[in-house]
Amino acid sequence: MADLSMTQGVRQSQASKIALRWLLYSLLVLFALFYLMPLFVMITTSLKSLDEIRTGDLIALPREVTFDAWSTAWSSACTGIQCEGVRPYFWNSVLIAIPAVAISTLLGAMNGYVVAQWRFRGANIIFSLMLFGCFIPFQVVLLPMARTLGIMGIAGTIPGLIFVHVIYGLGFTTLFFRNFYVSIPAELTKAAKVDGAGFFRIFWSIFLPLSLPIIVVTVIWQFTQIWNDFLFGVSFSQAGTQPVTVALNNIVNSTTGVKEYNVDMAAAIIAALPTLFVYVVAGKYFIRGLTAGSVKG
Amino acid sequence: MTKWLEEHTPKLVLAPSFIAILVFVYGFIAWTAWVSLTRSRLLPRYEIEGFIQYERLFDSPRWDTALNNLFIFGLLFILIAMFLGLILAILLDQNIRTEGAIRTIYLYPMALSMIVTGTAWKWILNPGLGIEAMVRSWGFEDFTFDWLVNPEMAIYTVVLAAIWQSSGFVMALFLAGLRSVDGEIIKAAQVDGIPTWRVYTAIIIPSMAPIFLSAFIVLSHLAIKSFDLVIALTGGGPGYATDLPATYMYAMAFSRGDIGQAASSAMIMMMVVFAIVVPYLYSELRSKDG
Amino acid sequence: MKNFVLGATSSIAILASTVAFAGPEAEVLHWWTSGGEAKSVAVLQEEFAANGGTWTDMPVAGGGGDAAMTALRARVLSGNAPAAVQLKGPAIQEWYEEGVLADISSVAEANNWAEVLPASIAGHMMCEGTWCAAPVNVHRVDWIWANADVLEANGIEMPSTWDEFNAAAEKLQAAGVIPLAHGGQAWQDATVFEAVALGILGPDGFRKAFVDLDMDTLKSDEMKAVFDQMRTMRGYVDDNFSGRDWNLATAMVMNGEAAFQIMGDWAKGEFLAAGKAPGEDFLCASTPGDGFLYNVDSFAMFAVEGDDKRAGQELLAELVVGPNFQKVFNLNKGSIPARTDVPLDEFDSCAVLSSEDMAASSDGGSLLPSYAHGMALRGAQSGAITDVVTAHFNSDMSSDEAVQMLADAVANSM
Repeated sequence: MADLSMTQGVRQSQASKIALRWLLYSLLVLFALFYLMPLFVMITTSLKSLDEIRTGDLIALPREVTFDAWSTAWSSACTGIQCEGVRPYFWNSVLIAIPAVAISTLLGAMNGYVVAQWRFRGANIIFSLMLFGCFIPFQVVLLPMARTLGIMGIAGTIPGLIFVHVIYGLGFTTLFFRNFYVSIPAELTKAAKVDGAGFFRIFWSIFLPLSLPIIVVTVIWQFTQIWNDFLFGVSFSQAGTQPVTVALNNIVNSTTGVKEYNVDMAAAIIAALPTLFVYVVAGKYFIRGLTAGSVKG
Repeated sequence: MTKWLEEHTPKLVLAPSFIAILVFVYGFIAWTAWVSLTRSRLLPRYEIEGFIQYERLFDSPRWDTALNNLFIFGLLFILIAMFLGLILAILLDQNIRTEGAIRTIYLYPMALSMIVTGTAWKWILNPGLGIEAMVRSWGFEDFTFDWLVNPEMAIYTVVLAAIWQSSGFVMALFLAGLRSVDGEIIKAAQVDGIPTWRVYTAIIIPSMAPIFLSAFIVLSHLAIKSFDLVIALTGGGPGYATDLPATYMYAMAFSRGDIGQAASSAMIMMMVVFAIVVPYLYSELRSKDG
Repeated sequence: MKNFVLGATSSIAILASTVAFAGPEAEVLHWWTSGGEAKSVAVLQEEFAANGGTWTDMPVAGGGGDAAMTALRARVLSGNAPAAVQLKGPAIQEWYEEGVLADISSVAEANNWAEVLPASIAGHMMCEGTWCAAPVNVHRVDWIWANADVLEANGIEMPSTWDEFNAAAEKLQAAGVIPLAHGGQAWQDATVFEAVALGILGPDGFRKAFVDLDMDTLKSDEMKAVFDQMRTMRGYVDDNFSGRDWNLATAMVMNGEAAFQIMGDWAKGEFLAAGKAPGEDFLCASTPGDGFLYNVDSFAMFAVEGDDKRAGQELLAELVVGPNFQKVFNLNKGSIPARTDVPLDEFDSCAVLSSEDMAASSDGGSLLPSYAHGMALRGAQSGAITDVVTAHFNSDMSSDEAVQMLADAVANSM
């Protein structure tokens, strides 16, 4: 968008323009500090020794930097009687998140395509009903879902967790794609139909290639939601399929034992690395994807 | 046959998802409604007993607190996060050289779960360890920031942490909106000598109405589901001063073995959601059909 | 991908093993995940393995078992219950009533549990006359811990009445020491509350109030006195107590910032881990008043399919109550054995005191279940009481109001 301050600047004195710029930057930096504060506390704590945490200032810089807590958290912290750190659970999370994100994104794309471009009677009602599904508090579905998974024979398994995440991701993925596709002129589909292209053909060769920005948005959203999920992870897993958030909770939230805050913090950062990575790397595309239409209600 | 198939492909594609939602959302809501009428304790039972759970619910002072907190929390969280998100987006839209880095910093909290950041926030907000202690150590002995441990104020620390987590996301939405406003109109306005702030309030912000709506929906969804946040930050305390309906329900269902009570609180929560979402859906879909 | 394949093969293995007996195996759901606790459970796992068993660990920490209970409900509803679950108090009977617990009477009878366990503790392990759970340890809840140096410097003895405690606290406050280290979490508020209640109501009054839920006792003037004392004690706590973890409160006693802490004997583990010696660096005593509040950890056995799993449960139950595990586990955890015939030579003076007091109160009828730790009441009722206790402690509510609220909340929770 337009650079307002620059054009305005013509009419302003040079000095007040510079002052304004300074004010602007200091505001931005101030807010950046606010957002970085918890991360700062976490990182510095993870680099301290336990003695220093006990005796020193919690939000001061470490006097001596040590990476022991990090290696403990990754491979030898106790999450029960097994002391293998968060590593095995980390892979469980990967095995859950990747298929669940892929499937829910694909289904969301198809659904959005139907709702936006292949209107039929009742399509809007179906869409509203699906959208409402975004808002259901997950605590509500835990018990009936447990029963259902038991009947389906996938209770406590990774496919079971993937299934749950796909179901409760559908509302949002459909919403994202629908809002994106609705801004694509209906004439495009009509013309393609005249040319004899079918439903899947049009989706595959016209809509999908246009969809990169919204796919990025959806994948980021879904990946964050699924990776950070604790409630489903703790309820629908069993020994051997617990995701990393459950392991993290086991390390951080033990009630009657000695707390190793440096290991807690290191484990927390490790558990958060994939989502952080996704936001840092794909953040640019995220804004672009949103700009491309998903927010145009 | 193939013609029928061709005609109905869209419906067939949508059908599995729709059926899944019907069963796993609406079926489960119906299940919850049923259970809320029973005296289920540890595990669900199905003999209907009437509205006893709702009576118990409204007799419970803790539920009152939870519901009040939802309104305070929801209102402040949504308003401030939107306002802050908008301001940050406008500030960032002024040709900032390091925009990419700053944007990432604003956005990253959304990537973290509160299980991860809860402990850090607890320390920062704790008067004896965090900000208060720090400022006092600089020589301002009278500085007080004890919201976390003050039952009257503790809910505002939850608001603060929630804003920290989500305002960056709102900023991203608004930034995207600003980038898609037609530059020609703005240039024309500037040529006419309209001051910058007027350009924003009169032209740009009104044109972003759909984004306000999207942001509102995302934020209210987060507000209603806020759970990890409270558990990690205050554990519902001091006392139960920061309980929210989601934490109330969880406590009833899973630590108290009072599933009937949990189900009735869930139904009230669903009604609140309904009251917020249905008007949105109505306006949204009517405008599209029109 | 490897884990996925492993998961798939192991579920096949489970299917197959219902046909062929593959040695005892047990999946154990528990919330002992921190260093010392986990080490204690590992002792059990090693013994289990030495007897040919296969242990599958299913730890879920958080909220004193809340998260574990969430997982347990989901597992039971999906028809996939773990073999053994860390459960305690009336929750065991509650689960039994849902018809999901297994009967381990054969093990209990073969090993004479009725002889070696105190009667009131054995009672918690029985469901309608059959044995359905195995006790691991006895934690005493009504402990008061103190920093020996701080007490000596201020000329204070361990208090034996609440008035003495208040006098000591005033003195300490005047000397600039925080009298009571406390963490403002609901369960910690409840822990202090029940220690005070035991002292003021006496063992009989405590039983009437928190086991029988007798309305007259709940609304009595004595109960008002309990809340009055809680209000007084609120003044002895520092300003930043809200949300503080109990172990941080213990640390305050250790480093002399605070003088006393009222907390169960798991606090001892913190003192010992920091290299402090009982009797020298820190003192332990029962809170003012008669009686003994116990918090017994136990494993309940859930009904499972398959001979190997049932064999696993029986082996596990036998080992849990076996003398060796009872000794090693409790040495690690700071509690005392549930069995009365375990020699206490290796235990410290606090544990020995605890054990003697338990025997004496068991004879005198003042061995009582802890309400704050879920031993006395079902979740709905104990939760309702805790709501009032914590609301009172964290506000300026009067004792009259609190007593009325208490009676209302208990009635509403039925």
